[in-house]
Amino acid sequence: MSKRIRILIAKPGLDGHDRGAKYVARALKDAGYEVIYTGIRQSPEAIAKTAIQEDVDFVGLSLLSGAHNELFPEVVRLLRKEGAKNIIVFGGGVIPQEDISFLQEQGIEAVFTPGTPIQKVLNFIESKKEKVLA
Amino acid sequence: MIDEIVKKILNGDIRAIARAISWIENDLPDKEALIDELFKQTGRAKIIGITGPPGSGKSSLLDRIIDLEKQKGKKIAVLAIDPSSPFSGGAILGDRVRMQKHATDPQVFIRSMASRGHLGGLAGATADALKVLDAAGYDLIIIETIGVGQTEIEVMNIVDLVLLVLVPGLGDEIQALKAGVMEIGDIFVINKADKDEARRVKAEVEYVLHLKNEDSKESSNPIFMTSATQNTGIKELVEGMASTLQQMEESGLLKERRLKRLALEFKRILSSKIEDHVHHFLNTENNLKLWLDQLAHRQAAPYQLINKKVKQVLKEFKKQ
Repeated sequence: MSKRIRILIAKPGLDGHDRGAKYVARALKDAGYEVIYTGIRQSPEAIAKTAIQEDVDFVGLSLLSGAHNELFPEVVRLLRKEGAKNIIVFGGGVIPQEDISFLQEQGIEAVFTPGTPIQKVLNFIESKKEKVLA
Repeated sequence: MIDEIVKKILNGDIRAIARAISWIENDLPDKEALIDELFKQTGRAKIIGITGPPGSGKSSLLDRIIDLEKQKGKKIAVLAIDPSSPFSGGAILGDRVRMQKHATDPQVFIRSMASRGHLGGLAGATADALKVLDAAGYDLIIIETIGVGQTEIEVMNIVDLVLLVLVPGLGDEIQALKAGVMEIGDIFVINKADKDEARRVKAEVEYVLHLKNEDSKESSNPIFMTSATQNTGIKELVEGMASTLQQMEESGLLKERRLKRLALEFKRILSSKIEDHVHHFLNTENNLKLWLDQLAHRQAAPYQLINKKVKQVLKEFKKQ
């Protein structure tokens, strides 16, 4: 058996700034993960359905427009509604410090703000690996 | 557990279908039982392969083809394959970016697959993933290969019909004359037809196909000019696919191809299983270093050594 971790990198909302998402996608590829990229301007519904079809272990959301408090929790809600209880959701973008604890309460397990070293993201994935492979 | 997932797959449950494909990709122990259960329900879907060089517009064309096939009420599944990194084993699977508008459509299922070291333009698990989708009741399954060069022709062995997508700027008719990928197209698509050189590409392909089909009674392979971005020529292409498939059904070619496909797959799996047993018997994993040492020091000759091992296997075989 040779399970590979699959990660969906998605951009909800209306901003088109995808450089961060692409940077993270590429770094995850180089770390040996299979990364599915959706492109920009995705609805939470499209992201949830894509995550199910692709049977991913993680969903990483990138948003720079300020709508994270609405859109991130909506993705988590739709995933759970579709029966995907185990998919781990994390996020990144220009997200004010004061919103982070709210997002974590809503099921976004980690939030990475600008300037985060990529190793921190990789460490987060690795720390969840056992849970995912179980 | 198998019964449960099989039942869900046959009911078209998306999560179950997606999970089953992962089982196959990850080569889980229950994989064989799963495939065997589903196999009885396969054979209904039409399977199309779309292949061509990187950046020729395969995903964008596919997006347009889905638009039209959807209107006919068909359920459509796509397996889009992209390469795995030979260094990290990771992959960026980005084909679905072009098709993402279909993501929320219950009629459409899109799955990205990494090649995981498999050569030939597909992933090793593609043929079995097809069976899951076929059993799940998709009417049309489309395989999008990795962007191919000259020799990635494996797709022809697992589909009913191959669309070969070409674009201007890839070279002259000498390229088109060569053996390999140019020979596997049932339907030729010249995409980016809005570009100046597209007509010349068409003329070159026509010329090569004329040479190829000179002695055959069957009509020449159809060629379609499309522009996925401008959305032109797609309707003609989709009609051409339907009529070619119908002709293949009537002439018996489709049945013949499907039988050939079964034969190839059967032999491939049989060989790989036998190979596993033989290596186990010879304890290749542990002995390989010793054998290589003998070769490196020129104490043994390669064929002599290999034939000795083969004899050893055959002797054991006769005993049983």
